[in-house]
Amino acid sequence: MAVLALVDCNSFYAACEQAFRPDLLDRPVVVLSNNDGCVVARSKEAKALGIRMGEPWFQARQRLGEGGAVTALSSNYALYADMSRRVMRLLARFAPCQEIYSIDECFLDLTGLPEDPGALGRRLRDTVRRWTGLPVCVGIGPTKTLAKLANRLAKQDAGWEGVCDLGACAAADRDRWLAATPVAAVWGIGPRLASRLEALGMRSALDLAGADPRRLQRTFSVVVERTALELRGVPCLALEDLPPDRQQIQCSRSFGAPVTAPRELAEAVTTFVSRAAEKLRAQRSEAGAVSVMIRTNLFAADAPQYSNSLVVGLPEPSADTRVLARAALRGLRRLYRPGFRYAKAGILLLALTPAARHQADLFTPDRSDRGERLMATLDRINRRYGRETILLAGAGLHRRWAMHQANRSPRYTTRWDELPVARC
Amino acid sequence: MSEKKRGRPAGTGRYREPTQVMRVPSSQVAVVRGYLEQLRPLPGAAPEAAVARPVRPPDRRRLLPLMTWPVRAGFPSPAEDDRDDAIDLNELLAPRAEATFLLRVSGSSMTGAGIDDGDVLVVDRSLTADYGRIVVAVVDGEFTVKRLVRRDGKACLEASHPDFPPITLRDDQELAVWGVVTRVIKSV
Repeated sequence: MAVLALVDCNSFYAACEQAFRPDLLDRPVVVLSNNDGCVVARSKEAKALGIRMGEPWFQARQRLGEGGAVTALSSNYALYADMSRRVMRLLARFAPCQEIYSIDECFLDLTGLPEDPGALGRRLRDTVRRWTGLPVCVGIGPTKTLAKLANRLAKQDAGWEGVCDLGACAAADRDRWLAATPVAAVWGIGPRLASRLEALGMRSALDLAGADPRRLQRTFSVVVERTALELRGVPCLALEDLPPDRQQIQCSRSFGAPVTAPRELAEAVTTFVSRAAEKLRAQRSEAGAVSVMIRTNLFAADAPQYSNSLVVGLPEPSADTRVLARAALRGLRRLYRPGFRYAKAGILLLALTPAARHQADLFTPDRSDRGERLMATLDRINRRYGRETILLAGAGLHRRWAMHQANRSPRYTTRWDELPVARC
Repeated sequence: MSEKKRGRPAGTGRYREPTQVMRVPSSQVAVVRGYLEQLRPLPGAAPEAAVARPVRPPDRRRLLPLMTWPVRAGFPSPAEDDRDDAIDLNELLAPRAEATFLLRVSGSSMTGAGIDDGDVLVVDRSLTADYGRIVVAVVDGEFTVKRLVRRDGKACLEASHPDFPPITLRDDQELAVWGVVTRVIKSV
């Protein structure tokens, strides 16, 4: 039987901050979204204060009396990405096969390893803790869905001490745990699907596991059928060690201050296209179209509202920042209406195709590879000397619209001039 | 565009695009069929995906050196057989990269151990802090660099400078070692 583990970092962003701020250990810490709007991560102590995930920070702060003893930090993605890389590389040492599922969780295939899975889980939990300072929980089971469920148990119930192996449980015990898990908490069952299942009497993971798979397929989908089978211990989902290439690449941000000038909107759109085009080239794709979106602040009820988007097609697919930005700005000029205070803009690269199978346009003059070489050089320079070392002038240098990140911690592990300080 | 279409919706067939009938010499049917087989979308690919999934090349392309020295008539370079990669400082400074962190020194209590203000410390969190080693410890919520020693049966943090007394921990203070200092990077 297969032995799969899901390893997940606890309160990942908050834990990354605490790893370099020992004074914040065991204290309420929250990390705020881009633009310091909403709470996106909470330490255990912040959860205990009743701060909810996704809650607007100004609300939580008022409720707690100017924030109380809570430390609120802007998100520091350079730090989280580096810590994630460390954890994932370390975990990869423990198993022959790894699927990185998100920035803070991965599946490991422990099938056939000589060590007892539970003991191995405890060993890797201790190792990650010691090497990186980050706490993780480990869920183990014969399928991905059960490993995910075991991970949830390990997180919720301190009795497991961070490692839950459903594969080692007696069948009756496993059923008891499945019965205690609401169907909405099962991996792959969203809230809407959950309420439909509940309406049919399937309230727990055990109810879903016991349902007739063929009926589930007819009533819902093959995805729900597979989930039910996986809950019974029948593997339907394999580990994917290479993530599929993205079909669309998006970049959008709220502005730090309302924007009215078209030039500033153009700066923002150019910046977003540059960022997305970099990702596009990293996966060796080209985009056939660019979508542009702008909107005013939906929460400012008394201000005039405007929200619109537009897709601009390209004569032939491209990964050249200049070509994509020109197309996006053409779209922006058509979208823009004066007299509004814009709060957000975004772009989306669409119709992605592999660059290796470029389809030339009959009516466009033969393109040389100079653009490609320029982009490759640009990417290399920016990788080596830091993001936006070289950028399109149209992306702006002052960026009055840029996000508020009033309280970002230093990028402790990626910048020479922001290293943590040791007194002596 | 208002013309009524019959058959399955465009783009949902085997090739995800319109198809047409074509004459092929009998001897070439197998060749064409084999080629079309390759164009078939992989199961699980999104309908709007390209006709085949791209194969992603490995992160670092390794080119096989056919002849890395310019080919000249005459005596071949005697160095060609002994070519080596350049020395990688990480091998020395960060053998366990995942557990290695850099910290900046502020203060002068460790000058006797060769650690000066402004130096960069290489700290390995995977190592066990044995007595006698220089460690980064957490004292009152701050990182402090000191030598971990044992005095009268108690762990204690010792400076390497005559002006600084050792830190003996009060009973309510817990000694937390954050990592072990393995190297000092300094300008000379």
